[in-house]
Amino acid sequence: MSRREDSPGSDTLSRALARTLLIGVALSYLVLFLVLPLLAVFTQALAKGVIAFISALRDVDALAAMRMTLTVAAISVPLNTAFGTAAAWLVAKYEFRGKGFLLTLIDLPFAVSPVISGLIFVLVFGARGWFGPWLGEHGYKVIFALPGMVLATTFITFPFIARELIPLMQAQGRDDEEAALSLGAGGWRTFWLVTLPNVRWGMLYGILLCNARAMGEFGAVSVVSGHIRGETNTLPLHVEILYNEYNFVGAFATASLLALLALVTLGLKSLLERRHPELRSPRAEQGKARAAR
Amino acid sequence: MSAALLRRPSRRQVLPGFGLTMGYTVLWLSLIVIIPLSAAFLSAAHLPPARWLQILLTPRVLAAFRLSIGASLIAAGINACFGLLIAWVLTRYEFPGRKLLDALVDLPFALPTAVAGIALATLYAPGGWLGRLLAPLGIQVAFTPLGVTAALAFVGLPFVVRTLQPVLGDLDRDLERAAETLGARPWLVFRRVIFPALLPALITGSALAFSRALGEYGSVIFIAGNIPLVSEIVPLVIMTKLEQFQYSEATVIAVAMLLLSFAMMFVVNGAQLALQRRYQPRR
Repeated sequence: MSRREDSPGSDTLSRALARTLLIGVALSYLVLFLVLPLLAVFTQALAKGVIAFISALRDVDALAAMRMTLTVAAISVPLNTAFGTAAAWLVAKYEFRGKGFLLTLIDLPFAVSPVISGLIFVLVFGARGWFGPWLGEHGYKVIFALPGMVLATTFITFPFIARELIPLMQAQGRDDEEAALSLGAGGWRTFWLVTLPNVRWGMLYGILLCNARAMGEFGAVSVVSGHIRGETNTLPLHVEILYNEYNFVGAFATASLLALLALVTLGLKSLLERRHPELRSPRAEQGKARAAR
Repeated sequence: MSAALLRRPSRRQVLPGFGLTMGYTVLWLSLIVIIPLSAAFLSAAHLPPARWLQILLTPRVLAAFRLSIGASLIAAGINACFGLLIAWVLTRYEFPGRKLLDALVDLPFALPTAVAGIALATLYAPGGWLGRLLAPLGIQVAFTPLGVTAALAFVGLPFVVRTLQPVLGDLDRDLERAAETLGARPWLVFRRVIFPALLPALITGSALAFSRALGEYGSVIFIAGNIPLVSEIVPLVIMTKLEQFQYSEATVIAVAMLLLSFAMMFVVNGAQLALQRRYQPRR
């Protein structure tokens, strides 16, 4: 490769200078806007010492909020895993009209504000909603109760697993399944023994992201929960209540649990991406495809 | 078995499960997404158009829309600049800690919004780590539109970086080398060779950050102070109306917001297509 002949030295120098400058600016931005908030959470949580931190977490309402968060995630994540798998099989293995439209519909919840995601379920199941009066007469409670929170969370996390699995299954094609079928395996057997092992890491990846969002969702759940302490409070809602009561140690102690969850999620995500580079590449392809659309 | 017999079934019929997965997907999609979303549109459609205008044209709602759209645009602009820079640094340079930074970019995706919200509010509060530094300069971030913008910029960063990274990694380096060989300086190479190739992804990423910012709630409400007409965003107005049981107001504002979000989706896709036609035929 021939360099410019007039000033080879100054060119290399300015390149090195630009490199240092760019890395410096990027680094400062990330530290200032991402690392600092994270540090603030943990510092504030421990501002009054470890004992205050632990007692804030052992509070009855905090424990109830933890249980609620785990319950909601434990229901909505499997629901979306099942849906994501079915949708991915449908989109990746068959050709049919309206596929693009279907994909747009699956992505739709990402375009909806969390508050509106809660509102729509109030309009359907709330006391003055479509099914509200009927539900009330029969003694069912959806809004301001667990079912409403599960519905809102499921809506918010709807596309996560489908979007991981679709590009992965598309990249793998139908050859393995067709081979299994031609050897005499049935449809379900093929799915469990051929398809699922092929996509298991992608599925885990999707579950990881879906779970993080399900446990951390705030706006949508806030609308449908009614903020009943000890009953329909999740961890993020508990953070809000404590913060608004100026109980900062309690708020940040609870927040630090959620921040820890986020860090563990990021760690596992990077680990998966490093072990299975294909998880990143189909997503990259998808990114390019979206950019190309 | 003759080859003709093997070939006869069309490929779609070979794999079972089309009916099952189609039925399940459409049913579940309708139950969770389509029916609830249409509830918002149908409820709003019950109201006469005059009522619509009456709700939307109040100073408070108009101010909220102006703030939400304005702050989201500025945040998306900030994200475009710094996202491009960060994506460039992460893909083009090797330096210690690069992988850690790369993983960290996703933090705004992973961190619950309420946590980000109280952390930012504490940092930028007048006595906070950053607020204390900015106060002598006469800059107040907390409880102002500036605070809203800062929170939205936090939330949107990964969209731009993650959309750009794969495209940057895939760029044909030979084109850059060719331009260099022909005597182009690095900045010219960037402007004329690299940037046009990145533009579609940059626009997509910024538009995604913008639409996320429009609807964002948790990370904004703590830092915004939520003063009507000054620092109140649209999702918060919807929330306030709901808490006061003013369902028709909340629904009309929500539908206006939804239309805006869906229009954004179409605009982005259209812009992508147009840009693609302009820049792609080179290959």
